[in-house]
Amino acid sequence: MSAATVGTGIVEEAVVGSKAPRGGLNRRAKFAGKKLSSPWASLAAIIIALVWTTPTVGLLVTSFRPEADIRSDGWWNVLLHPTFTMDNYQQALFGNQTNFAGYFVNSLVITLPAVVIPISIALLAAYAFAWIDFRGRNLLFVAVFALQIVPIQVTLIPLLSQYVDWGINGTYWTVWLSHTMFALPLAIFLLHNLMKEIPPSLIEAARVDGAGHVKIFFRVLLPLLVPAIASFAIFQFLWVWNDLLVALTFAGGATNVYPLTVRIAEMVGSRGSDWYLLSAGAFISMIVPVIVFLSLQRYFVRGLLAGSVKG
Amino acid sequence: MLVVIALFILVMGAILWLVDSSSKVPRWAVITGFLGPAVLALTFGLVYPGLRTIYSSFFNRNGTEYVGVDNYVRAFTESQFQIVLRNTVLWVFLVPIAATLVGLIYAVLVDRTRFERIAKTLVFLPMAISMVGASVIWKFVYEYRPTDRPQTGLANQLLVWLGLDSRQFLLNQPQNTLFLIIVMVWIQTGFAMTVLSASIKAIPEDIIEAAKLDGLSGLGMFRHITVPSIRPALVVVLTTIAMGTLKVFDIVRTMTGGNFSTSVVANEFYWQSFRQNDKGFGAALAVVLFVVVIPLVVYNVRQMRIVEEIR
Repeated sequence: MSAATVGTGIVEEAVVGSKAPRGGLNRRAKFAGKKLSSPWASLAAIIIALVWTTPTVGLLVTSFRPEADIRSDGWWNVLLHPTFTMDNYQQALFGNQTNFAGYFVNSLVITLPAVVIPISIALLAAYAFAWIDFRGRNLLFVAVFALQIVPIQVTLIPLLSQYVDWGINGTYWTVWLSHTMFALPLAIFLLHNLMKEIPPSLIEAARVDGAGHVKIFFRVLLPLLVPAIASFAIFQFLWVWNDLLVALTFAGGATNVYPLTVRIAEMVGSRGSDWYLLSAGAFISMIVPVIVFLSLQRYFVRGLLAGSVKG
Repeated sequence: MLVVIALFILVMGAILWLVDSSSKVPRWAVITGFLGPAVLALTFGLVYPGLRTIYSSFFNRNGTEYVGVDNYVRAFTESQFQIVLRNTVLWVFLVPIAATLVGLIYAVLVDRTRFERIAKTLVFLPMAISMVGASVIWKFVYEYRPTDRPQTGLANQLLVWLGLDSRQFLLNQPQNTLFLIIVMVWIQTGFAMTVLSASIKAIPEDIIEAAKLDGLSGLGMFRHITVPSIRPALVVVLTTIAMGTLKVFDIVRTMTGGNFSTSVVANEFYWQSFRQNDKGFGAALAVVLFVVVIPLVVYNVRQMRIVEEIR
């Protein structure tokens, strides 16, 4: 059982390594000195870093320029006539036609339950897989693990017709339910692996003290699992926040349910040259993931690695 | 939303309370309480729809008539879908190779420099934002204006500065697919860099010192020591990115809508299933995705094990 453990190990290394080189690394750093001082190497690194950041910076600068300026010349001319405005954001957030503030709320309303619900269900299941013995346990667990690889495309048509039958098509329920179901294999797998790492003696001791499963679960395991839950929660949060396919399929046509991604994708098609709105809108949708990423980088990378097979 | 979360917590609480309320509760009830919600959700959300989709891929557009393998034959022989397949193959090969190459070079270049942390963050950031956001950023880079007018898109401005004519990056076939692929490479490079950087840091020191004594440095070191040492990690990164790329939908959908011969299987699936309402054909495309992803996953998991053993 590999993905989660490998992912965790790798990232631990990356985080520790980049923050504070340990003894061995220090000695190696001396050797590396020669290579790093090569001007060509530095130049190459700077070029890559520039290519990777310039497109974003360009759109960010654009989002603060007046509409007329955006139309008349490129953002790199901003220093020639530096005029900045918040109008684009004002217009994008609250303008009648865009109303991104409303879609921002939709994104939140979709995302929070779609994170909380699968984690709770997965915690229960992972506990049972890790600490309750029953016949067929391993078989069932492998089946859950294998479900990780099912592309969600395979499930969309039957699910949609089921939702239509139930009459919940175009409501938040469809999106919550779908994200919950798609998240479970990874969540169960990840949490199970980490639960297994907790020493059995701890559980035994609690059992001897007369604690039932529920008590063990809440008193003993849950506090130890907080980092693992955080990793998965962040992964799932960003997955749902950034998702286009699921929302587009199930909330299709119901504009009062659309998250930001769906609305922006739609606007690129219908008003593709209104860059003053698109640029502001794009950054409104990016601000949350970027904050989450910068503040919780460590958990984020860990969850991302573990979840790389998903989808 | 809050109501839903509260409701959900209430239901879960009830299950737990019932399971735990007395010691007379039979064992199977405990197990059902813990595993029931997960198994139910997975069966309804993944297993049943998956089987259902495979089944309906052998039927006509509204599932009324059995057509054998006609849908598959159509997907592989009609010329418009052969373009889709060609594009998908291009994506699945070019994105992993380019992203891994750039990620590896960058990881080596910034390894143990003063700016390592910030340099890595810059390249990793595109992984945090949505593909819709990334598409907006790059669509702005590719923005077209006739050569004699002031340019607003950075890519065309560069062409004009070099004395060339501006061009329609997203319209001119067949190169437009390559310009879409660049967006995915831009997103995935951060992933490759992070994983590979961790592997590079884990290369045992004695190997490096021995190589130094043998007179290796710079490129020789890179080719004979670094690359062979991290080969399993390289394979994991390549296959992981390939799996993600196979299902790419957001970028194509947002930037071109699959027009101008840029469609890929995942986008065509959406288009056929939900816009053309050809459920049978859509299902066949989803199954194709599923079948192609399986060997990738198997290979990926195997290599993960090797990475794990090495550490």
